[in-house]
Amino acid sequence: MNAIANLGRIFLSALERLGRAGLFLAETAAGTVTLVRRFPLVMQQVYAVGVLTLLIILVSGLFVGMVLGLQGYNTLVRFGAEDSLGLLVALSLVRELGPVVTALLFAGRAGSALTAEIGLMKATEQIAGMEMMAVDPVKRVIAPRLVAGIIAMPLLAALFSAIGVLGGHLVGVGLLGVDAGAFWSQMQSGVDFQEDIMSGVLKSLVFGVVCTWIAVFEGYDAVPTSEGVATATNHTVVYSSLAVLAIDFIMTSLLLTEV
Amino acid sequence: MNARRQKSPSGSSRKKTSGATVPSSLPAGDILVDVRDVHMNFGGRDVLRGLSLQIPRGSVTAIMGGSGCGKTTLMNLIGGRLKPTAGQILVDGQSVPDLEKDELFELRKRMALLFQTGALFTDLSVFENVAFPIREHTKLPEPILRKVVLMKLETVGLRGARDLMPSELSGGMARRVALARAIVMEPMMIMYDEPFTGLDPISKGVIAKLIRELNQSLGITSIVVSHDVAETCLISDYAYLVGDGRIIGQGTPAEVQKSGSEHVRQFMDGLPEGPVPYQYPTKTGYIDDLVAGNT
Ligand SMILES: Nc1ncnc2c1ncn2[C@@H]1O[C@H](COP(=O)(O)OP(=O)(O)OP(=O)(O)O)[C@@H](O)[C@H]1O
Ligand SMILES: [Mg+2]
Repeated sequence: MNAIANLGRIFLSALERLGRAGLFLAETAAGTVTLVRRFPLVMQQVYAVGVLTLLIILVSGLFVGMVLGLQGYNTLVRFGAEDSLGLLVALSLVRELGPVVTALLFAGRAGSALTAEIGLMKATEQIAGMEMMAVDPVKRVIAPRLVAGIIAMPLLAALFSAIGVLGGHLVGVGLLGVDAGAFWSQMQSGVDFQEDIMSGVLKSLVFGVVCTWIAVFEGYDAVPTSEGVATATNHTVVYSSLAVLAIDFIMTSLLLTEV
Repeated sequence: MNARRQKSPSGSSRKKTSGATVPSSLPAGDILVDVRDVHMNFGGRDVLRGLSLQIPRGSVTAIMGGSGCGKTTLMNLIGGRLKPTAGQILVDGQSVPDLEKDELFELRKRMALLFQTGALFTDLSVFENVAFPIREHTKLPEPILRKVVLMKLETVGLRGARDLMPSELSGGMARRVALARAIVMEPMMIMYDEPFTGLDPISKGVIAKLIRELNQSLGITSIVVSHDVAETCLISDYAYLVGDGRIIGQGTPAEVQKSGSEHVRQFMDGLPEGPVPYQYPTKTGYIDDLVAGNT
């Protein structure tokens, strides 16, 4: 009996929190209007996110591309289709791995940093101080970070895919002896801009919204103690990763049936 | 009163505060903040129970009381960060709990709250911290902004520290920077939450002198919340003593210090036993609580 009541209570509080997060997103979205005049604030944040994530994105992209090159070659060579390696690597990256892995890395690196930063601002009364100075922290602190996340994510995903293709080339052409001309030409003719590239960009845009939203909300909603901030940071990574994987499945099935 | 005069002999006589003519019952003059019968309840616990006080314009008013008696809560109520469970709070004739967000923000541009911790923005330099309210609220050209900020930093004696980051400041310096930031928009009122806590005697003196000077030179109404009796009495025109969720004593600092009330005596003399209980309220008795663990 008690267990069921507890379960209900947990469910209700989760629902209530989701509602609060939704209202918070709406308020932030309304706050982005004022950013038109203050775009430097957004660029500053894009820069901060970029500095945090660029290196890890490039390194991971390279390795993922190299692994794709190895695994792809091993499978394709059985059918004598190793010339299509470029196409396979590019499609996997652009449609799927680029947006998803970037979002997961983003959540772990930039998302957690965002949550910690905002949570600490709250714990040290910087947010309250801003309110007392008649400055709306949602407009001044949260909105620029949300917009920056949405801008940065597709850029990072594109970089991830690009360096991944290079990694695949390195292994496929450089190591395993696939013909360089075939590698590039198959890729060029096989990758469709609308269907493949844009669907990947769409995904990373959505991931950008979701990951940054979770990060800033967790920070803003954190219990203002060091313990509370630690928990919130943890939540950001877990919730973002789950959300990204779930949304990826939904979006992929929608995008594929559309074709 | 006299103590205050000694503290700032150079102070201009331009600003005549209500000080000299204060009757012992109520502060005289134009009332800027009027708190009437305010109740505040946190999760079933009454922190404020019918607290009323008036802050006259242009004065330095002290609000003293023990730790946890609701002083910070009172500041937050006046600043509109909390809404009272019951009662009225008027600032400059406006009822704070009933204000819309933009009206509240307009009012807040004219009042400043100095937080217990200073609350400086850790990602901005000292200069940028002080410049922050100006950048947010005005379109002042950069050369003028620079002059204004440097003037305020000079007032608190930290012009040389303008390029430091908040992490490089000592506690006393951080509080002075926060003070410079609070006065940069020339507010009509500043609320200081525990401005003396954790400072050495010299820094205490510096802050006290600054509070007094700002009040005299800019005519800023000041509310000093503190449990530091000596320092606070020295700079204030009028003092309120909070205990048990309401005002338990008021008057000029001299009057309060001489008061015969048991409540007031306990606080002013720092006695552990008296009408104010040392223990946080509990429902169970001490012995019952101890014995309960045995079963
Ligand atoms: N947000 C809150 N939620 C629940 N209880 C609170 C909250 N804020 C304050 N309280 C309670 O109200 C009481 C008064 O707190 P407040 O911070 O106003 O005290 P204070 O007089 O400023 O104390 P100090 O001198 O230590 O700063 C405390 O007992 C605290 O437990
Ligand atoms: Mg306090």
